[in-house]
Amino acid sequence: RLLAAPEATTFPTPSISGKRRETTSPRTPRADPLGAVDKNPARLRPARRIILRTGRMPPALGGGLAGSELRPRRGRCGSQAARAVGRDARPDSAAKSPGRPALTSRRLEAVGRWATLALVTLLAFATRFRRLDQPPHICWDETHFGKMGSYYINRTFFFDVHPPLGKMLIGLAGYLSGYDGTFLFQKPGDKYEHHNYMGMRGLCAFLGSWLIPLAYLTVLDLSKSLPAALLAAALLTFDTGCLTLSQYILLDPILMFFIMAAMLSMVKYHSCSDRPFSAPWWCWLSLTGISLAGALGVKFVGLFIILQVGLNTISDLWQLFGDLSLSLVTIGKHLTARILCLIVLPLLLYVAIFAVHITVLNKSGPGDGFFSSAFQARLSGNSLHNASIPEYLAYGSIITVKNLRMAIGYLHSHRHLYPEGIGARQQQVTTYLHKDYNNLWIIKKHNTNEDPLDPSIPVEFVRHGDIIRLEHKETSRNLHSHHHEAPLTRKHYQVTGYGINGTGDSNDFWRIEVVNRKFGDRIKVLRSRIRLIHVVTGCVLGSSGKVLPRWGWEQLEVTCTPYLKETLNSIWNVEDHINPKLPNISLDVLQPSFPEILLESHMVMIRGNNGLKPKDNEFTSKPWHWPINYQGLRFSGANDTDFRVYLLGNPVVWWLNLVSLALYLLSGSAIAVALQRGAQLPAELEGLTRVLLRGGGQLLLGWMLHYFPFFLMGRVLYFHHYFPAMLFSSMLTGILWDTLLRLCAWGLASSPLAGVVHAAGILSLLLGTAYSFYLFHPLAYGMIGPLAQEPQSPMAGLKWLDSWDF
Amino acid sequence: MLGIFKRPVVVTADINLNLVALTGLGLLSRLWRLTYPRAVVFDEVYYGQYISFYMKRIFFLDDSGPPLGHMLLALGGYLGGFDGNFLWNRIGAEYSSNVPVWSLRLLPALAGALSVPMAYQIVSELHFSHCAAMGAALLMLIENALITQSRLMLLESLLIFFNLLAVLSYLKFFNSQRYSPFSLRWWLWLMLTGVACSCSVGIKYMGIFTYLLVLSIAAVHTWHLIGDQTLSNMCVFCHLLARAVGLLVVPAVLYLLFFYTHLKLLHRSGPHDQIMSSAFQASLEGGLARVTQGQPLEVAFGSQVTLKNIFGKPLPCWLHSHQNTYPIIYENGRGSSHQQQVTCYPFKDVNNWWIVKDPGRHQLVVNNPPRPVRHGDIVQLVHGMTTRLLNTHDVAAPLSPHSQEVSCYIDYNISMPAQNLWRLDIVNRESDKDVWKTILSEVRFVHVNTSAVLKLSGAHLPDWGFRQLEVVGEKLSRGHHESMVWNVEEHRYGKSQEQRERELELHSPTQLDISRNLSFMARFLEVQWRMLTLRSEDSEHKYSSTPLEWVTLDTNIVYWLHPRTSAQIHLLGNVVIWVSASLTTVGYALLFIWYLLRRQRSACELPEDAWPNWVLAGALCGGGWALNYLPFFLMDKMLFLYHYLPALTFQILLLPIVLQHISDHLCRSQLQRNLFSALVVAWYSSACHVSSLLRPLTYGDRSLSPGELQALRWKDSWDILIRK
Repeated sequence: RLLAAPEATTFPTPSISGKRRETTSPRTPRADPLGAVDKNPARLRPARRIILRTGRMPPALGGGLAGSELRPRRGRCGSQAARAVGRDARPDSAAKSPGRPALTSRRLEAVGRWATLALVTLLAFATRFRRLDQPPHICWDETHFGKMGSYYINRTFFFDVHPPLGKMLIGLAGYLSGYDGTFLFQKPGDKYEHHNYMGMRGLCAFLGSWLIPLAYLTVLDLSKSLPAALLAAALLTFDTGCLTLSQYILLDPILMFFIMAAMLSMVKYHSCSDRPFSAPWWCWLSLTGISLAGALGVKFVGLFIILQVGLNTISDLWQLFGDLSLSLVTIGKHLTARILCLIVLPLLLYVAIFAVHITVLNKSGPGDGFFSSAFQARLSGNSLHNASIPEYLAYGSIITVKNLRMAIGYLHSHRHLYPEGIGARQQQVTTYLHKDYNNLWIIKKHNTNEDPLDPSIPVEFVRHGDIIRLEHKETSRNLHSHHHEAPLTRKHYQVTGYGINGTGDSNDFWRIEVVNRKFGDRIKVLRSRIRLIHVVTGCVLGSSGKVLPRWGWEQLEVTCTPYLKETLNSIWNVEDHINPKLPNISLDVLQPSFPEILLESHMVMIRGNNGLKPKDNEFTSKPWHWPINYQGLRFSGANDTDFRVYLLGNPVVWWLNLVSLALYLLSGSAIAVALQRGAQLPAELEGLTRVLLRGGGQLLLGWMLHYFPFFLMGRVLYFHHYFPAMLFSSMLTGILWDTLLRLCAWGLASSPLAGVVHAAGILSLLLGTAYSFYLFHPLAYGMIGPLAQEPQSPMAGLKWLDSWDF
Repeated sequence: MLGIFKRPVVVTADINLNLVALTGLGLLSRLWRLTYPRAVVFDEVYYGQYISFYMKRIFFLDDSGPPLGHMLLALGGYLGGFDGNFLWNRIGAEYSSNVPVWSLRLLPALAGALSVPMAYQIVSELHFSHCAAMGAALLMLIENALITQSRLMLLESLLIFFNLLAVLSYLKFFNSQRYSPFSLRWWLWLMLTGVACSCSVGIKYMGIFTYLLVLSIAAVHTWHLIGDQTLSNMCVFCHLLARAVGLLVVPAVLYLLFFYTHLKLLHRSGPHDQIMSSAFQASLEGGLARVTQGQPLEVAFGSQVTLKNIFGKPLPCWLHSHQNTYPIIYENGRGSSHQQQVTCYPFKDVNNWWIVKDPGRHQLVVNNPPRPVRHGDIVQLVHGMTTRLLNTHDVAAPLSPHSQEVSCYIDYNISMPAQNLWRLDIVNRESDKDVWKTILSEVRFVHVNTSAVLKLSGAHLPDWGFRQLEVVGEKLSRGHHESMVWNVEEHRYGKSQEQRERELELHSPTQLDISRNLSFMARFLEVQWRMLTLRSEDSEHKYSSTPLEWVTLDTNIVYWLHPRTSAQIHLLGNVVIWVSASLTTVGYALLFIWYLLRRQRSACELPEDAWPNWVLAGALCGGGWALNYLPFFLMDKMLFLYHYLPALTFQILLLPIVLQHISDHLCRSQLQRNLFSALVVAWYSSACHVSSLLRPLTYGDRSLSPGELQALRWKDSWDILIRK
């Protein structure tokens, strides 16, 4: 043990001393006097309970005393769980190592750590902000997210499949940096000219730069080893993919920032678990919650990190629950704290994000059509805004009927017949997306043809379950269906306009039903979800969403479906409503409440996501392409005269990650089997294996959670979806190589090479990645000149895979 | 030697009469009037056609599952002497006299009947009492949905049988592990586990869930075994090896064997040929093989070929051209080159013939000796009937404006030069010197001037293009896709110099003779891949349902209705069993969590020996239920109530286990125990009562009056047919 201290002082690299502390740790409890008492825990338990009770008080009084709680708690933990050992080791070994030199070395080490952190951060910022203004035109998805940022500045409503936080931040950054929201963001390649885009790119680069210090700190905390952390940071700094993705107006840097922040805060609060309810503990715990809300608020991919934090929290609580020295009240407190910080707080924040989103966007815009009529009534500029119409449907009312599924439109008919050979040759009935006179229908009783608007007849409301007739206002034909095949969906029945001046036959009768209502209820405009059931055949009026050929003016097909399953295709609502005999009310009454808006936004987002289906005959990126860096994404430019930016991971980094994953699985399972077989590892190895299994396992879990779910997704996938997983995989690589090299060094302990192996290994990995970055940096910073297959290209000889395209 | 005679020959038979009785009852309930109704019932219409294909040895492709299930059904037909002559087109159609209905339905019925005693054995192997075991078996016996499903030519009862067999044999294996590892019994049960697992995967892909269940439980047990330090390392290694062989290798080999038999049996071409690649089709008797038999193998300059798209979606089709030109202006106002249309046509046609031409020479005949075309060669493709050259240029394609138009070049004497050079890129080449081979080579045509690739876009052209499929040139850089790959299907060496002669030649069939055979693995991989990627369009069915409706039995399926009376067969479960099974699953979960929490606080409610049994029972039965049920929430295909039946059987196994547990451990006094037993008996008799009430809908043997039918409609969502 005496050897350890001089070595620590003479060896300026903090890594070595870090290792020594780590490796000696398992011994300390045995040597610790408090630990020695623990050999007879049964006798001591009551006494400990008392310490526990008194020890529990201070944090409740104030965070300042938290430090004082450290000592008695640690003593108690000594026997019960190995989990505390690694973390407890630091103060113990410090106390035991010969006083002064250790202290100075500790101070040196702390300074060294801060210096490295500063260096890492500086390098990250330098690489991310270099040539940020290039190219001065729209790259790739900037056309979407920049546009959405502008929408926030202009306060126009839009629809996107992702939750709003990311775009809100982009909008905010633009606003603060003086961008006025007037740039159109029409298509990739458009020049920004005088518009100020640097604020928005700056925000993304800023958050993207933080990924690296966050990863550095996470690895440092998980492995307690500086070289591992440095390696992870270097892999990310020198990865061209991460760099490219952080330099443009995209959601990914924002998302990854929140994911990494959540990961770091989770790791940090775990390492504070020896002093629960102290100020830093609360701080990290609530930061975890805040970051989770942020991640979910940017993209639904945030769910994966939530899952990871959730799994960790459950296992953490489970351990606490098994700790018999803790009373149930304490465990209850732990549970409540986690529910508060990891469930309630994120949920509140998430809802708050939507509240801001909805209050800011109050003008009608391109997203209106995706939402229900009632929702649209909120937006100024929409025809439904501030409108006033009668509230309940009555006979004689003139109405428009809108399908509830998005992008289907209004029930429509026009003076054109179905062509020869397609069902009966009667008037077409379709759905039409735009407002039009031909969308107007009159609702009539099925058995009389008297004019309900005649002032002598009292107003009669339409009720749930009534049999009605819908007469097309312009052509006076009735909505009709019969046993003929529908034009496109052969299993459904055709719907036509039939009859002359409202006189038809019994196939014109429809039963109107309100979804989830009782018999006899009145039907509310906008709010009631209605189904129209054909009385004779029992089928339901719906729209298949298929586009009719030219004879149908490319409007959408309307059918009567014999399948009574409730799908949105067969649910309608009444939008416009004209009835002079009824008093008009302001639509504000019908406006949905905030929870309803929230629910509807989510339904629409989920449906939008599901709607992003890949086409059969197109090349699509598959999840298995990603880790092998099979193909990149072209951000800007295609020809040799263009300024080209190509999103592709640095192949050296990515393939190293891939190898490391395999190596990790191999070494991890070998160690796990050895432990299960009861192998007695030397103390030094035990520390290393713990880092490998615990810290590495945590990161492996992160990688799996952010990667495997994509195999189950049916939507269109892109290469950049892999980047959150890639962050975890790089961190794992850092830990793995550091540990493996230490194992090597330990194996060679007798030879003088021992110390050199580790340092040389880490150094060569660092230099190797840096050199590969030097080779591949034009991918990210942009390249002009011939394509890579030409010998005079700047990238000549670097097209290692045929599928790369730069 | 003489020892034999010194002692009398003794046979000790150990017959469990419970088992015998259960088997008898099972057989009775499943086999009773098996041939009734003598008409096509529900999905029999679907499986029946495959049975017919087997009988006639005609190749087919069914994406619903691997072939073992179909083969077992066909085995019934084979034993009954079915000749396959029946038109399976309508549910309710009467069977003609040549259809051996009894033997066709026999195997599923036997599987259903044997599931009853197996349930008994599983519960007793889990170390629960005979009463509990009897309970499980009796519940299986009277469950109406299981009876209905086993009495018809359907696969679920076979699947359930093998699921249970896998679980049972694993349990037997695990129990013999303790005292006699590596004994004959031990090996037998281990191997049987593997066999049963692969059979259930072979019947339906759903079987994978049970396989995963067995695998994961075996993995946990093996992990414990590794931790057992009384065993030597060598011994542990042998255990691991045996398990790997029994649970991984054997199932994989068997799975291949199923496909081997399947492909051996089906050697004639049939209606599903079109889905398969040309090479596969050529390996079947008749069909394409008749055409391609004797074609020259190597494509040479001057060869006449038809080019088939490998991807073949939305339709398998051949590169095609005809006299008509692209309209000058499309409907949406964009312009075209007005040159001759090139499309992809899903039928055989003389216009599908193309001639491979050497750009440097004018002849369209094959030299003697033929000069083969190699990877990387520059070729021109001449359309046989119009002698125009395949061309693409920087004009937007009619329906895919981001890609280039492909045409056959007509010289209008305007400043639009012909760009008709294509570089041949053999995708599945072994070396860069490979020769372009008929059928076998998968090739891309890369346009020399624009590096666009000839591709099937998948869109249907409007009326001016006769609704044929659009062919475009897409930039190579947009990524590789199978729709860019083509293969030569028909091929002959062109001999005629004159166009008129050549047209005659194009109309005549190909000749010559080279036989080529595809290896089994290639055929297997192709069939398996097509099965997994084939997507049926249908997304609506009257009786489809969602997983949430299954647990509470909110849905049913009408299987058959008597043509005249109102006798009908429904897939309808015994409500009492479904509801109580779901409740006990919830009960088990709650109890389990409670015990787990208590144990974590070091308070053990259960005696130490009862706990592992309780956990294993839950892991097998509860886990089996969850694994067979929850994945359906992630599937976006059409689902039916019968998909729930495997999950239900696991739930039924769990039911008596939980009941026994309550009686053993939660009832504190003898009085409570007696009271509880009485309750259980009452509950079971109510289940029997419900079962007998629903019996007419299960067997369909009795015509009920409208009033009786109305009375049976216990839930509004049940669809019971009432004749007016």
